[in-house]
Amino acid sequence: MIYHKHDAVIVGAGGAGLMAALYASKEVNVGVISKLYPTRSHTGTAQGGIGAALGNLEEDHWEWHAFDTIKGGDYLVDQDAAEIMCRDAVGIVLELEHMGLPFDRTPDGKISQRPFGGHTNNVTKQPVRRACHAADRTGHMILQTLYQQCIKNNVQFYDEFQFMDLLVNEGRVVGCVAYEIKTGELHVFHAKAVFFATGGWGRLWNVTSNAHSLTGDAPAVMLRKGYPLEDMEFFQFHPTGIYKMGILITEGVRGEGGVLINGLGERFMARYAPTLKDLASRDVISRAIYLEIAAGRGINGQDYVYLDVRPETVNRYFDEDGKKNPDGTPRRITAADIEKKLPDIADFCRTYLGVDPVKQPMPIQPTAHYAMGGIPTDVDGRVIVDVDNSVLPGAYAAGEVACVSVHGANRLGTNSLVDLVVFGKRGGIAMAQYCKQVDYGPLPPNPEAETRRQLDALLSRTSGTSAAAIRRSMQDVMMRNVGVFRTEKLLTEALEKIRDLKHQYQNVYVADKGKRFNTDLLEAWELGCMLDLAEVTALCALNRTESRGGHARDDYPKRDDVNWLKHTMIFKQGDNYRIGYKPVVITKYQPMERVY
Amino acid sequence: MRVTLRIKRFNPEKDEKPWWGEYEVDVEPNDQLLDALHKVKWYQDGTLTLRRSCAHGICGSDAMVVNGRNRLACKVLMKDLGKKVTVEPIRGLPVIKDLVVDMEPFFAKYRAIKPYLINNDPPPEGRERLQSPADRERFDDTTKCILCACCTTSCPSFWANGDYVGPAAIVQAHRFIFDSRDQATAERLDIMNDMMGVWRCRTVFNCVECCPREINITKAIGDVKKAILEGGVR
Repeated sequence: MIYHKHDAVIVGAGGAGLMAALYASKEVNVGVISKLYPTRSHTGTAQGGIGAALGNLEEDHWEWHAFDTIKGGDYLVDQDAAEIMCRDAVGIVLELEHMGLPFDRTPDGKISQRPFGGHTNNVTKQPVRRACHAADRTGHMILQTLYQQCIKNNVQFYDEFQFMDLLVNEGRVVGCVAYEIKTGELHVFHAKAVFFATGGWGRLWNVTSNAHSLTGDAPAVMLRKGYPLEDMEFFQFHPTGIYKMGILITEGVRGEGGVLINGLGERFMARYAPTLKDLASRDVISRAIYLEIAAGRGINGQDYVYLDVRPETVNRYFDEDGKKNPDGTPRRITAADIEKKLPDIADFCRTYLGVDPVKQPMPIQPTAHYAMGGIPTDVDGRVIVDVDNSVLPGAYAAGEVACVSVHGANRLGTNSLVDLVVFGKRGGIAMAQYCKQVDYGPLPPNPEAETRRQLDALLSRTSGTSAAAIRRSMQDVMMRNVGVFRTEKLLTEALEKIRDLKHQYQNVYVADKGKRFNTDLLEAWELGCMLDLAEVTALCALNRTESRGGHARDDYPKRDDVNWLKHTMIFKQGDNYRIGYKPVVITKYQPMERVY
Repeated sequence: MRVTLRIKRFNPEKDEKPWWGEYEVDVEPNDQLLDALHKVKWYQDGTLTLRRSCAHGICGSDAMVVNGRNRLACKVLMKDLGKKVTVEPIRGLPVIKDLVVDMEPFFAKYRAIKPYLINNDPPPEGRERLQSPADRERFDDTTKCILCACCTTSCPSFWANGDYVGPAAIVQAHRFIFDSRDQATAERLDIMNDMMGVWRCRTVFNCVECCPREINITKAIGDVKKAILEGGVR
C-alpha cells in the first residue's frame, strides 16, 4: 500500500474535475486521480456547443436560458440552481475564451453562436443562437484548454488510477483508495475532501454515445456506503445516434438546419412540435422517433429514421419556415458550410457509415446519452445525504455524476458543458475554503481492506461466468425494457433479470491474474458498479408512476404534478432499498404544460 | 466474415520476449478493429490488454500499428483490413503490456512546448478577446489534435532519436504560435529551433498519412520552420 496526503483529491479529469482542480489548486494542495489520461475524458466528445446568453448575434438573456432549462427539464429542475447556472454561464464562457479556448468567431471577432434544441427567444418562442461553438468539437476544445491550464498551474495528476473506495471516518470524508492500473498497487489518499467528477454511466445500455469507461463507479460506491442517489430514473436518450453504433450526431446538425425524415419522406417533427419542430427538446424527439418506427414509418419499415442535412433539403425547409439571417436575407446553407461547421460529423459519417452527409441522409436512432440523476449536491458541489439536504462534510461532486438538479427530467443540449464548468468551478472554490477551515481527520484502521477484499474475491476464482456475457445481457435488457418507453411489465421484468445477473455476478471469472495493467480485473469490477446502478434505475423507474421528461411510462402517460413534482432519493439499506423524496425548488417559474 | 488477428503479445511479468498470438474471430464488415479486439478479449483471452475509451476516434486512447500502419483501432473498419490482420503496439515507446505503451515520454514532450495560451495583458472586462475569423482560421487545423501519438510514433526521425520533440508536440506548438492572442511566439520558436526541434523533421510524411484527425502535420511543421527563419509569424 502506498500512502499520499493532499488537502483535496479530485476523482475524474474531464471538464468538471479539471475546472475544480484549477480553482481548488489556487488555494490548497490538490491531487487529481483519473482512470484515463485526462485528455481521454468524455468531455472531449461533446460536439455542438456550450450555452450562454452572450447575445452576440441576437437578443438573449440568461433568464431566458434559465426558463428554457426549467421547461426543458419538465419542471423537475431546482430553479435556484438553474438560475445560478445560466447566470454564471455568461462569465464563465468568457473566462474559457480568456484561457485560450479557440471558439469560432463572428465577422466582428466575437464568439460565434448557433441555435440548439429547446433554446428559445422567450418572447417570439423561436430558436435563439445561444450555443457557443468551436466547429463541432466544442467539448474537445474545453477539455484541451482546461488541461492546458492545469499544466500551466502545475496541478498534480495521478493518471490511470482507478478510484475504488471513499474513506469516511467520524462522520466526514478522510480520503479515498485508488488502484494504480500500471502496477496493480493500492494507494491510500489521505485527504480532507474528495471531489467526484467521474461522469455518467451510459454503458448500462447497449446502444450508447458513451465511452467504454463510463461505468458509474463513484455513484455505485456511494450507494453501497448508504448514501443516496437522486432521480436515477431519468436518463436521456439522444435522438440522433448513428444507427446500431450509437455514436452521437450533434444536435448542432439540426441547429444548422438539418431535419428528421421518416420512411414516407415526411418531416415528422412538424406533427409533434409545431413551433420548434426538429429543435424541440431531446426527450420529445426521441419519443417521436420511436412512435414513427412503431407505426411502421421507419426507413423501409426498419427501426431507424433519417437525419438529412443535404443543402437542398435544408434550404427547402428554411424557405418553408421563412428562416432569415440577422440581416433579413433568406437563410441558406451550402455543402461547403456543412463541411466547415460540422467537419467531425462529416468524418464520422464517412468513416462509420460510408455515407457522405452532404449527398445522402444519415440513418439514426436514439442512443443512451446522459444521466440527469446522480450524486445529490447543493449549488456549491457539497454532497447531500438525506431528504433534508444535510451534507457529508468533505464530499463534493459536479458534472454528469452529480444531480444539482439543473437538468431535472431532461437535459437541454449544451447544458452538460455549462453544468460542468459552472459547478466544477463553484465546487472547487467551496472545497478549497472547506479545506482551509479543517484539519485532516484520522484514517480508519486498514483503510484499503474493503478494496482488497473486493479485488481478492474477483481474482481468487479459478472458473465462473464471463463478465462480458453478463454485461451484454444487462445492456440488452436495459435497452429493451428501461429505454425510451417504459411500463410496469417491462420494468418488473428488467428488475428480475438484473437481479438474476447480479446473482451470476457473484461467480464472475477474471482470467488475468497479474498485477500489470489488468484491465480484465477492472472491467469485472466496473461491471459490479453498473449492475448496482441498473438495479436502482429500474427500481426508480418502476416507482415513478407518471411520465415526465426522459421518463415516459406508457401506462402512466401524463405528468402528475400533484403526486410527483418531487425528486426521488434512493438509499441502499442492507440488501434492500428505501426510496425517499425531496421537494423541487421553485422560484418564479410555475409548472405549466410543456409544448414545443 | 471470419478473420485472423495476429497480435503482438508481451507481458514483462511473465514473458521473456514478445510473441505472436493468433485469434480467429467472426466480424461484420462494418465492425471496427476495436470490436474485433474486444471479441478476443471478452470471449477468448481476457489477458489481452489494450487501451480504449470513446470508441469513435476522439479520445485518442487506442493508437496501434495495424497491418504496418499507425491507426486508431476504433477508426478502422474490418472490411478495409483483409482476412489476416496484424496488430502491434505503437513504436518508440516502452511496452507496458501487449498493446499498451508508456505514454509518459510522449506527454513530457507535449508539456515541453508550453502547451497553454500565454498572454500577460489583463483580459478585457466583461467580454471576449476579439479575433477575426481569418486569424482564427490560421491555427484551426492544429486544434484538432487528440494527442493519440499516431504521428510521433510513426516518424523515423523519432525512432532514430527519442529526444526529438516529434510531430505531435510541434502541432501543439503551432496551435499557439499561430494564435493571434498568444504572446509567447519567440519563446516557443526558440524551443522549436532547438537541435531536437523542428529541424529533425525530414518530411517523410508518415505523420500526415496516419493522422486520424487528418491534420496536415507536415504543413504545420513547415509553417513553424518558416516562422523561425523569418524571426516570427508574418
